[in-house]
Amino acid sequence: MATPDRISYWNKTKSLMFVMLGLWVFFGYVIHMFVEQLNTIVIFGFPLGFYMAAQGSLIAFVIMLFWFARRQNAIDEEHGVHED
Amino acid sequence: MANTTSTTAGGGDFTSNLGRIYGIYTGGFIAFIILMAILSAMGVENVIIGYLFMGFTIVIYAVIGILSRTMHVGEYYVAGRRVPALYNGMATGADWMSAASFIGMAGSLYLLGYDGLAFVLGWTGGYVLVAILVAPYLRKFGAYTVPDFLSARYGGNLARFIGVIVLFSCSFTYVVAQIFGTGIISSRFLGIDFNVAVYVGLAGILVCSMLGGMRAVTWTQVAQYIVLIIAYLIPVIWMSTVKTGIPIPQLMQGQALQGIAALEAAQNIVPGHATPFSHGGYDAKNYFLLILCLMVGTASLPHVLMRYFTTPSVREARVSVAWSLLFIFILYFTAPAYAAFAKWTMLDLVASGLTPENIGEKAGWMMRWAAADNTLVQICGKAATDTAAIVAACAEKGVTALSFADINLNADMIVLATPEMAGMPYVISGLVAAGGLAAALSTADGLLLAIANALSHDIYYKMIDQHAPTSRRLIVSRILLVMVAVLAAYVASTKPSDILSMVSWAFSLAAGGLFPALVLGVWWKRANSAGAVAGMIAGFGITLFYLVMTQYGADFDKATPNMELWWGVKNISSATFGLPVGFAVMIIVSLLTKAPSRDMQDFIEEIRVPRGKQMMEEKIA
Repeated sequence: MATPDRISYWNKTKSLMFVMLGLWVFFGYVIHMFVEQLNTIVIFGFPLGFYMAAQGSLIAFVIMLFWFARRQNAIDEEHGVHED
Repeated sequence: MANTTSTTAGGGDFTSNLGRIYGIYTGGFIAFIILMAILSAMGVENVIIGYLFMGFTIVIYAVIGILSRTMHVGEYYVAGRRVPALYNGMATGADWMSAASFIGMAGSLYLLGYDGLAFVLGWTGGYVLVAILVAPYLRKFGAYTVPDFLSARYGGNLARFIGVIVLFSCSFTYVVAQIFGTGIISSRFLGIDFNVAVYVGLAGILVCSMLGGMRAVTWTQVAQYIVLIIAYLIPVIWMSTVKTGIPIPQLMQGQALQGIAALEAAQNIVPGHATPFSHGGYDAKNYFLLILCLMVGTASLPHVLMRYFTTPSVREARVSVAWSLLFIFILYFTAPAYAAFAKWTMLDLVASGLTPENIGEKAGWMMRWAAADNTLVQICGKAATDTAAIVAACAEKGVTALSFADINLNADMIVLATPEMAGMPYVISGLVAAGGLAAALSTADGLLLAIANALSHDIYYKMIDQHAPTSRRLIVSRILLVMVAVLAAYVASTKPSDILSMVSWAFSLAAGGLFPALVLGVWWKRANSAGAVAGMIAGFGITLFYLVMTQYGADFDKATPNMELWWGVKNISSATFGLPVGFAVMIIVSLLTKAPSRDMQDFIEEIRVPRGKQMMEEKIA
């Protein structure tokens, strides 16, 4: 079962997972820890810290998921483990 | 992908025409709104418009439910596994966005300002975890229910049984909140007593889910998504246009925030709307812990995960998570704008010179809401049922001019009352009520189905009678569904708490009980049966203990003093304790006991790749 190709497939899948997890921590938590500092910047009436929690991080999550689906499908095809 | 979907008789036609069918449906719904507006302008009474809106939408859902009835096991449990990614995303959006999102969230944002954004972040970011850690792998396995996976991975019925207990606890808490929401809507817009209204809501839920299982629920949820998103967007686009002249509320929210800040400064209101970590006891610690519990809970809630069992392939399951989040995002990034425009309108109203004598004339809607339920609107600390009551209450407190703080609006009524608050015609109120109802019904359907499936498939079929014929399994499932629904309606009629708290508890219970076992089951081959069982019991146990002890205390009486909070962590983030304990216990016990067998390790290898047959092939009797 654990052929070299399978191991390399799983390693790539794992790295992609960790990249996504890192981005998730950044947009879910890290950026909001600096809300007070970001709030000093105001764009279109939005304090930036408020904007990130109300819209910015959400937009990032949506883009991340479409990108993830594409990347993971590409990894599947590269290793010939995609569905027919 | 498309050519593999038409293999089951009768399905191909319907799936290839989905766009046209739902396009006609959306057009029909808009025509219906216009018809209602015309009737309303002709002088038809408000309460009749309310009945027409709610009656018409429920009839549509019921018709879809009846057309999709089925006696086929695969159709009943997983909609035949041929729901395209985009439509599954839309159905998941409706499944996901409940009374808490539609009715409760903008109201909480109105009251909590920045701190309420924890709900917005927590309920969207969790989908990242769903996509990368759990959903595609469960789809490959080919389960009918989440406990199915636990049983296969952790060899045996003990893990399955504990999984069912966690599933039941979190889904039941969640469904009570939904029925509570339908009760609020029905009592205000149909003018019936709350205790009766919860059972009226129940009837609406049952017609959709009982006959056709997952298949019926899927296609009604798509229809419900369309209703709820239209109903959510129209009032806020309206307010944005009236207030700023530009119909893009999400963008014009910036101007609303400026308007709020200016009025708050003029009326000496602190803390301001956009000030972080200062409202309702949400310090930075509670803010971030709530986000964590909601996100992890998202990736553990069985009624959400089971939606991804219905896609035709693993690949579609991944794309479907992205579509789900996009459809959810449309409502969630509008909610803060909804709250901001509503608050701006209220601050303006107060600034116009509000006194106990003239409020009945300037804001008569408050009295109508207070009459529906006397906890919803309080002015000067008393229910604002009429001008006399307000004048008396304010005279007692020595208030002559009303300030923003004297008017206490309940979080659960703000969205529903906004059309009246902003002076929109009643037809918009009826539309919002129909939208709130769609949100509550669609989530309740998904939840009841998750509970009934676990009881009939996991407990009855897998644990009690493995030779039960198909027809009997499906009948058992339907009977259980009705029983659970009636019980939930009874609990809802006792008004246990507000919608948002009840829903947040469900997230914590799911996170503490299921997340470690699901994630380590896929990502850590060394995780074994003993570890999973111990981890689920410990994680769920601690979460439940903290929740019950801090909410009710050891004597189960809300009125008497309850257990002190640990380090000041609010009980809506109970999984703060259950989650790390669950992970730690699962890892330690797994390492202390025997590694899983060779066969089990091969099984995990197979789950990790999309290619190949799904692991659990159901015998169709």
